Amino acid sequence: MGSLFRSEEMALCQLFLQSEAAYACVSELGELGLVQFRDLNPDVNAFQRKFVSEVRRCDEMERKLRYLEKEIKKDGIPMLDTGENPEAPQPREMIDLEATFEKLENELREVNHNAEALKRNFLELTELKHILRKTQVFFDETEQQMGTAVASQMADPNREDEQVTLLGEEGLRAGGQALKLGYSTRLLIWGSKILKRSESKFEPEKVGNFYFRFVAGVILRERIPAFERMLWRACRGNVFLRQAEIETPLEDPSTGDQVHKSVFIIFFQGDQLKSRVRKICEGFRATLYPCPEAPSQRREMAMGVMTRIEDLNTVLGQTQDHRHRVLVAAAKNIKNWFIKVVKIKAIYHTLNLFNLDVTQKCLIAECWVPLLDIETIQLALRRGTERSGSSVPPILNRMDTFEDPPTYNRTNKFTSAFQNLVDAYGIASYREINPTPYTIISFPFLFAVMFGDLGHGGLMFLFAAFLVLREKQLAAKKSDNEVWNIFFAGRYIILLMGLFSMYTGLIYNDIFSKSLNLFGSHWHTNYNESTVMHNKDLQINPSLSADYDQVPYPVGLDPIWQLALNKIVFLNAYKMKISIIFGVLHMLSGVSLSLYNYRYFKDRISIFCDFIPQVIFLTFLFFYMVLLMFIKWISYGPQNDFPDSPACAPSILITFINMVLFKNAEALPNCNTVYMFAGQGVLQKFLVLVALLCVPIMLLAKPIYIMRQQKEKHVQLVNGHATTENGDAEGAGRVVQQPPPAGGHDENEIGELFIHQGIHTIEYVLGSVSHTASYLRLWALSLAHAQLSEVLWSMVMTKGLILESWIGGVWLWFVFGFWAILTVGILVLMEGLSAFLHTLRLHWVEFQSKFYKGLGYAFSPFSFEVILNTASTAVEE
Amino acid sequence: MKFCGPKLSLCGIIISIWGIIQLVLMGFFYYIRSVALIEDLNIGEDHIFKNSQEFYSTADKMYSLNAYNCWIAACLYIFTLVVSGHQFYMNNRNTMSL
Repeated sequence: MGSLFRSEEMALCQLFLQSEAAYACVSELGELGLVQFRDLNPDVNAFQRKFVSEVRRCDEMERKLRYLEKEIKKDGIPMLDTGENPEAPQPREMIDLEATFEKLENELREVNHNAEALKRNFLELTELKHILRKTQVFFDETEQQMGTAVASQMADPNREDEQVTLLGEEGLRAGGQALKLGYSTRLLIWGSKILKRSESKFEPEKVGNFYFRFVAGVILRERIPAFERMLWRACRGNVFLRQAEIETPLEDPSTGDQVHKSVFIIFFQGDQLKSRVRKICEGFRATLYPCPEAPSQRREMAMGVMTRIEDLNTVLGQTQDHRHRVLVAAAKNIKNWFIKVVKIKAIYHTLNLFNLDVTQKCLIAECWVPLLDIETIQLALRRGTERSGSSVPPILNRMDTFEDPPTYNRTNKFTSAFQNLVDAYGIASYREINPTPYTIISFPFLFAVMFGDLGHGGLMFLFAAFLVLREKQLAAKKSDNEVWNIFFAGRYIILLMGLFSMYTGLIYNDIFSKSLNLFGSHWHTNYNESTVMHNKDLQINPSLSADYDQVPYPVGLDPIWQLALNKIVFLNAYKMKISIIFGVLHMLSGVSLSLYNYRYFKDRISIFCDFIPQVIFLTFLFFYMVLLMFIKWISYGPQNDFPDSPACAPSILITFINMVLFKNAEALPNCNTVYMFAGQGVLQKFLVLVALLCVPIMLLAKPIYIMRQQKEKHVQLVNGHATTENGDAEGAGRVVQQPPPAGGHDENEIGELFIHQGIHTIEYVLGSVSHTASYLRLWALSLAHAQLSEVLWSMVMTKGLILESWIGGVWLWFVFGFWAILTVGILVLMEGLSAFLHTLRLHWVEFQSKFYKGLGYAFSPFSFEVILNTASTAVEE
Repeated sequence: MKFCGPKLSLCGIIISIWGIIQLVLMGFFYYIRSVALIEDLNIGEDHIFKNSQEFYSTADKMYSLNAYNCWIAACLYIFTLVVSGHQFYMNNRNTMSL
């Protein structure tokens, strides 16, 4: 039997590996990806395992590689991804790798450290350069206006009030004397090193009666307002602050961010104020720089700073070059290294799961293996042994177990997406029927019933076709956009959904809510001109051969219905019926699948006590209703006379309700009966009675049967004991004691069985009613979709066709774009998503509940491919 | 000269191709007086015709008008396709050289 129908047969195997060969063998198995190892030392914690030091070394290597990668990304160097997959290196190669990484990391750290120091130097020099330049402006201003009252000069109208007050006070105190700043100030002590961020010491300088001093520095621009206020408050308005913005942003050496800063200069008098100002500057993280007072010295200093900056620039450039060279060299190999390290780590992790044999000569592993692949695995083991040069072959030994094996469904790129849909509900129990092959057809079909539109389906199909045709290139790109990845993973589902939607769209004759008249409508109007001119609504009589050809339109819906006023009424009746028909068939197929499960697991009781009554219940009630629909379609027609005319056609729903309630409806006038065929009443009563009879069978038959079987066994057991009792007097005590606990256990089990069976039956009986109704969503969504697309056309596209000149073309150009975006956004994406979710529900609840247990656990083999994929996604996050 | 991002230009290309195909077809269907599109003609619901001749001539005029408008819009989409194709090319070339 094909593997898609059931999960693979699995075996628990014991694997003996020679210590030296273990690494190579596990590496081969990892490449193969078909073996799931079990943890044989679950109670040993991670630090006590055998290969913990190796794992740690790998962690350390990974850390170094991540650091390298971060640096490479920072510099924007493209990392070479050749897509090749190097084998896991030999253990001795690990030391080489470690040494390489160590060297690279140290080099990089050193370079970074140097670069940071250089950058800090550079920043300081640049700030100093700006200070010198800006303060020059301040001093120049003062110089120009020397001789005028400082108060008026400084009371710049733009300055804040507080400064005006400050200067006013000063002016008062100075007694109208001019404050000579700048030119007359002079610097006394000047540190030999410009760079040294030492406190600048200024000799107090006498201006009239007052000593004025100043400090200059650089502060972050956003701190300026708070800084200003703080200075004003703390110094009670006795300092004077001037500031200017540095236009170019500066680079912060530690974070690499671009920051905006401002130069400030503070004038004050007295030592107390000085210390206060200094403290405030410190508090605001302002950097103070020494600034000479004499212009000539400033000029000199500026020259010195400029040359230093130039020198630094060359050194910085060389450092960057060196760093770049190191990183480019690393970028070539980094992906390769990552893969190697991840593989080594995975191997040691796996080896940690193994048991050590007493002699320490070999490692013992337990693993789940698909039976079909044992040969391949053995080949891989042999390769591993050869590679390691060991002479003792590994031994793979099948074990018997009572544990449930894992569920392994072999998938390919086409089936895996559908398998994922099923697995999202629950992993199949071991060897249970796998719903995937049926889902591949029924899922897109039920989706398409709700999404029937040739145009929208076509768009969907084209998108998926693009994904499928370019899948190799697109897969290599490895986009980290989550939505895109979902679409890409589901490309085959979308392809089929699009294709099926095109088909149903053709049947509904809907393309963007318009109809295609491919074969010519089979309806004709025979009204004369005056009738048409004077009547608003006219009918076309299907019973007249002149009006209707009496042969239906060859494919799908006749296009004339698009123009009919009763289109929705007509379509509703049709779509509701097909929804129920598809639903009942879908559920019946689900129930039939349960037969295969019972037969496979040799569960004969369930076939007789579950399956047969279930099928009878569903067929006699709901499939009968489906048959009634076909009978109604066939036996009533417009050309027939009473009682076969459409006027006499009974409502299926009413008929069905009356059938279940044993009620007799009254026939309409001119119609003889409410029944469609002779003996329908009797047949219906029989069907309902049989169906109802199935309920107690489902409810009780199985538990009672099992109970009786156990009682029989019990009797045999007691008889058996009785005979021994007769023979052996010593065993008497034991025999008397044994049965009560066993019997109590049985009773518990029987009680549980009754409850379980009760729940199961109620679920099934009520479920078949509600699930049948649930399939009406096929009709509801299909109606909603058709109506929505019609509304979109008439509200948007029609508006593009109202202008009566060539301007209309331009207008239409614009409106079409709008309509296209809405079509994709609302009708294809949103409606598509909603139809998708409803289809998913129909499969999970209505279809799978009939046969699917989903209690298994997935087979997760040790595979480098899987580990590398998860590692790469983790890095991207 | 680049004024569209890569996504916008791709979107422009797709809508243009779609627009060209659909509008040319729609124009054709208007030109052959397709009944399915009669609801989109700019004839008011309350418009009263004196006789069928008047109705036919009005509908005929509207059909031709809509057909030409569709074709004009399709031509504009050809222009849009060229522009967004050029933008897409510029964007791609830039990413290639990076």
